[in-house]
Amino acid sequence: MSERVAIIGVGWAGFHTKTQELSYKEMVYQAAMRAYDDAGVDARADIQSFVTVAEDFHEGTSIFDEYTPDQIGGALMPVHTIAGDGLHGLATAYMLIKTGQCDVVAVEGHCKASNILTLPEITLYAQDPVLNRPLNLNSEFIAGLEMNRYLYESGTSREQCAAVVVKNRRNALLNPLASYPADLSLEYVLEGPPVAWPLTKHEIAPTCDAAVVMVLASEEKARHFSENPIWILGMGWCNDSYSLENRQWGSLAYIQKAAHMAYRMAGFQNPQRMIDFAEVDDQYAYRELMTLEALGLVAEGSAGFLCAEGYTSLQGELPVNVSGGSLGMGHFLDATGLVRTLEAVLQLRAQAGLHQLEDVEVGLVQSWRGLPTTSGAVAILSNM
Amino acid sequence: MGMRKVAVIGAGMTKFVRRALETPKELSWLAVQQALQSCELTMDDIEAVCMGTAPDSFDGLHMKGEYLSDGAGGWRKPYMRSYVGGGTGVFVPIQGWYHVASGLFDVVLVVAEEKMSSFYPHAQAAFLTIFDHTTERPLKPNLLWIFALEMNRYMNTYGIAKEDIARVSVLHKRNAADHPAALLGDANITVEDVLKSEVLAWPVQRLDVSPVTDGAVAIILAAEHVAKRLTDKPVWIEGVGWCLDTAYWTNRDLAYPRYVEYAARMAYEMAGIKEPKKEIHIAEPYDPFDYKALHHLEGLQLAERGQAVQMYIDGTAARDGNLPICPSGGLLGVGNPIAAAGLMKIAELFWQLRGEAGARQVPGQPRRGLAQAWGDLMQVGTVVIMGR
Repeated sequence: MSERVAIIGVGWAGFHTKTQELSYKEMVYQAAMRAYDDAGVDARADIQSFVTVAEDFHEGTSIFDEYTPDQIGGALMPVHTIAGDGLHGLATAYMLIKTGQCDVVAVEGHCKASNILTLPEITLYAQDPVLNRPLNLNSEFIAGLEMNRYLYESGTSREQCAAVVVKNRRNALLNPLASYPADLSLEYVLEGPPVAWPLTKHEIAPTCDAAVVMVLASEEKARHFSENPIWILGMGWCNDSYSLENRQWGSLAYIQKAAHMAYRMAGFQNPQRMIDFAEVDDQYAYRELMTLEALGLVAEGSAGFLCAEGYTSLQGELPVNVSGGSLGMGHFLDATGLVRTLEAVLQLRAQAGLHQLEDVEVGLVQSWRGLPTTSGAVAILSNM
Repeated sequence: MGMRKVAVIGAGMTKFVRRALETPKELSWLAVQQALQSCELTMDDIEAVCMGTAPDSFDGLHMKGEYLSDGAGGWRKPYMRSYVGGGTGVFVPIQGWYHVASGLFDVVLVVAEEKMSSFYPHAQAAFLTIFDHTTERPLKPNLLWIFALEMNRYMNTYGIAKEDIARVSVLHKRNAADHPAALLGDANITVEDVLKSEVLAWPVQRLDVSPVTDGAVAIILAAEHVAKRLTDKPVWIEGVGWCLDTAYWTNRDLAYPRYVEYAARMAYEMAGIKEPKKEIHIAEPYDPFDYKALHHLEGLQLAERGQAVQMYIDGTAARDGNLPICPSGGLLGVGNPIAAAGLMKIAELFWQLRGEAGARQVPGQPRRGLAQAWGDLMQVGTVVIMGR
């Protein structure tokens, strides 16, 4: 059994809000070629298995895994699809390597949200068909409910949530892969059109297109192929209740459990002290705050205050979403976890460019599958 | 350090029916409850859940895996849904296998559910959306069509008669008469009945085809040290294999499923099997159409190319034959709730190898069995080998 697993190659394509010139297959092909080149592997000879992440309705094709093998070099190979976030795909590749049956595995995730004309209607199809869908409500009402409960329980203010937007979109100014950089004022965010009270329009991440491919390897192969392997120290994932009627609203038990699993695997007793930076979900600004508390990186109820004080800024004690996050880069649907893992890998390799953090050794990546799900995942990466 | 051994320690399934009144979540839970009871565990013992269910369009549910999660036992547990189309039913135990073999978990629940009856008027229309949106969908193809192409190609390449292919349907449906959960068991069906049934897309006739079905199946996997504590009769997962061919199915040789061969070779190698024909004692090849069982037996290296039908002619495939094929009754007899149908085959091997298959029990205390599923655009093979 392999002791450690590393990411030895990353490749990406896209990062545009619209991609008229390329199909999703062409985007994925570009990302795959860059990843294999970066890892120095021959896809057909060195990679034993491929994992892809996708959801049928996002692709507009049923049984979408049919269309995954060709553009990643996986035809007539062990390929399978996880209906999950990119981090679920990463966890799957991690497990495949840990079995000892595979030593090099590729993971692919892509998002061509610009092809989806009716995303709110598609998300409506994810609501319970009997109890919730007949109400015919845009799923964002769920985020409004959750935000309201969180503000009430934690004493966080709307201004503190808006500060997340200001921070992340300013961070995006330094990231060439970010599509929504901006220097905004708190007032501008707060005065945006309300979507589902207290949530306003500028607190919601817009979508963006990209494809990301990563190559993972066992310790032995990682040392063979790579000079700068990024080690996966821990992975965790968890679901809570899918039913709106009996889920817990003010906190994120599933993120907490996923984080505990990852910390246990990494052997972290005190994650605040071990983790240098975090890339966490911010599809809705308040979720970044809720998530940081669930991850145990800040004390319960303190995230809003700390964020507004600059604790999570680029120069802060715990930089969060220096990439710009989903608010600054856009949200990549099922590929989001891989996009944020890409940022963590580049930071840990010291290849992040203008927004490079100094002396970082351990990064945490977290993702959430979006409304109306209670599905989250956590990865802990290190260059040591 | 060697690879961690993984055992199946419990299994359960709902009745396979044409129109279930239960919701997809409820179907999942019914199967899970039975699987837990079969090995006297509760949800507290389960560390992670793997879900298998094929296209979201059947239920009109986006992120169907998330919808099913709490019903399938994924509440506050690591939960993931995998899919490889029709091959999902035999893939999801592979997913469970790597959850345990990786060392991350000791006890994992594996669930497969499908409810096809929600689609109105018929689930067949959902399959229109599996084809390429530019090159194929405008032709309005359906599955019966492309199976008719493949069946024709198979019959024509090897000169196999429809009368002989019908024997597959007869044997499987007769076997299913002994399955308490079966939808289409029939102890008295004959080759004439199959040949007289309605023509759907020549040469495919109604009784060549498995029925649209609702149902769910669950199994429980455990690491060696836990399995030995919980049961005297663990059934080990000895080999797994899967292989996905190109999406460009129209370029493929339809007479022979090479992707099934590659998946089988991966599993045989892992199980240390050199001569599959001798070392496999029961086979549950995927049989959504009768000719598919033959096609797959050849891909699995359990028959020479074009010769699988001989196993049905000379009685090798019968429940008391030398290599019983689909003693459960298969998809043709038990029913075909896509992902659940594949996992049903795994559950059947579990019961057969433990000697708990009741009226369906294969004589001679079989020691090793193989289950296989297939799916996507005539594209994917998934194989699991289990042994005592």
